[in-house]
Amino acid sequence: MTPALAVLATDRLVHLSGVDLAILVFYFALVLGIGFYLKRFANTGEDFFLAGREMTAWVAGLAFVSANLGSLELLGWAGNAYQYGIMASHWYWIGAIPAMVFLGIVMMPFYYISKTHSVPGYLQLRYGPEASALSAATFAVMTILMSGVNMYAMAVVMEVVLGWNLHFSLITSSLTVGLYVAAGGLFSAIFNEVLQFFLIWFGALLIPILGLIETGGWSGMVARIHQNFPGQDFTHLWSPMHSFSANPMGIHWTGIVFGLGAVQAMGYWTTDFLVVQRVLSAKDVRSAKMAPIIGSFFKMAVPLIVIVPGLLGRAVLPMHLVPASQAVAGQYKFDDVLPLMLARYCGPGLLGLGITALVAGFMAGMAGNVSAFATVWTYDLYRPFLRKDAPDQHYVSMGRWCTIIGLFISIGTAYLVMRFASMMDYVQALFGFFIAPLFGTVLLGMLWKRVTRAAGFWGLLAGVVSSVGMFTLMKLDQRWVSVFALSPYAKGLAQAMYQALWSCVTCVVVTLLVTLVTRPKPDEELRGLVYSLTDVAQEQHTSLLHRPAFWGAVALAIFAILQIIFW
Amino acid sequence: MSEKHDIIPVWFFVGVLFVVYGLLIVVSGFTEWSHPPGTVEAELHAPVWWGALLLVLGTVYCILFRPGKST
Repeated sequence: MTPALAVLATDRLVHLSGVDLAILVFYFALVLGIGFYLKRFANTGEDFFLAGREMTAWVAGLAFVSANLGSLELLGWAGNAYQYGIMASHWYWIGAIPAMVFLGIVMMPFYYISKTHSVPGYLQLRYGPEASALSAATFAVMTILMSGVNMYAMAVVMEVVLGWNLHFSLITSSLTVGLYVAAGGLFSAIFNEVLQFFLIWFGALLIPILGLIETGGWSGMVARIHQNFPGQDFTHLWSPMHSFSANPMGIHWTGIVFGLGAVQAMGYWTTDFLVVQRVLSAKDVRSAKMAPIIGSFFKMAVPLIVIVPGLLGRAVLPMHLVPASQAVAGQYKFDDVLPLMLARYCGPGLLGLGITALVAGFMAGMAGNVSAFATVWTYDLYRPFLRKDAPDQHYVSMGRWCTIIGLFISIGTAYLVMRFASMMDYVQALFGFFIAPLFGTVLLGMLWKRVTRAAGFWGLLAGVVSSVGMFTLMKLDQRWVSVFALSPYAKGLAQAMYQALWSCVTCVVVTLLVTLVTRPKPDEELRGLVYSLTDVAQEQHTSLLHRPAFWGAVALAIFAILQIIFW
Repeated sequence: MSEKHDIIPVWFFVGVLFVVYGLLIVVSGFTEWSHPPGTVEAELHAPVWWGALLLVLGTVYCILFRPGKST
């Protein structure tokens, strides 16, 4: 069968009407148009890789949170909400808000003042080429794999909802992303992330609105879930976590607080260059501090359009969804819950909007990955190790080519992802490999001037190796789950939390030990890079409403109230 | 948004997107008014009021952030 016929031959959940297709096509036309419009502004390295460092706090903040709101997020976390209940909200609240505020208040000044172009770039300045190269190489691998995951997620939506051929969706959408990012660089990526932010909200918000109308409000939804799944607790955040066996995730509260909140979230939101790059595009230090804090308010609200639809799936869907590994023909998987809910409530026009929001989420996620990959490859691997001192235009050109090549590698990794049973477990494992140890390395380097060049490298390497080792052992033999994740009940997400925790601890311990036996850098080389040797502008003369610290405190207060409400 | 470059604000593009989508969805909502689709809660005619909301927001953004207007 030819590919064209295969596109038409598969089953579909819904049919797009003419107006739906018009909405989808207009989105593609607009983002390509914006990409080519922005191409004229992306002439220098700073323009292409850091959007000229001229974004306002609002644009940088929305792009910051939007870069983490791809279709993978939407589908995966709606699926996790169906599987684990409201506990999945931890990844939006304790797994994000404190870390975002910490980034804005504590870490962003160092990134910004050092004028680094990337997180590995900071490591280069703070430690030296060894830690930087290790970080850049692992980040490049992770980014390309993440990019493949995003592609796969989008193709699944197209397949489940529209019946489009998986391969057809992968190729067409990724080529579109490649074109607009190669044209406008980070300008394009950020513009489209802001567009996507609005699309996601207005495309998905109708699901909880209409769903809660159908169920008679929150209490009606909870009653229906209890009726459909008696004896299981899907609607409490913390109370089912007094023991590993009392919740569907198989996790103890220590795993959430220390593994997720203190390590994995801190690592992701403060050292993952994909999100930090958006904040580095801010026009000044205050904007750079405010951007993640603005993002934190929107991040807190995301469960409304992701977690609530998953819970509503438990309440109203006539069929029971199953894990991907157990799904047979005719059965829907956990990750299908969002498209199913979209089809349940949205007719022509609104369906097109919802589908376009998912496609936009995919494309923004892809754009984020490839733009970050292009920056790290060009500035942290190509320039220091392959071609130093080339003209700026050469590196811009390299960034453009790298975008296209990175996309093709991503397409290859998308096929790799298809072999894994659960998308999110896979992604969490990736985060654990690289992000958790990196957080230990960056934080120690910022806060303690004694940490040495060798300690930065060996601590990071030990953390990554220990993480890969734990992951492999737990996959090979279930008995290791009890050892590392502290319980045989621990599911994939719970395992990843403890894996992150132990890998960060390993990194910190090795870093400390190596520091004690090696020579520190002189103070002159650490100015602007370490807390005790950096003059961060104070804000005593700024009004309260203009202080990032004030808004950070407000964000944390709302976060605490949410924990109490849904305890 | 831009200081070094004279770039059209991203908010204007958001406005354009919403105006086009709002129009398409409102028109679609009215054409199906007498024979709503088989979706749940279709009798609420969500496309009409949701599309109208998009249209209003988009128009406001287009006016506030139109090219050439100093912000």
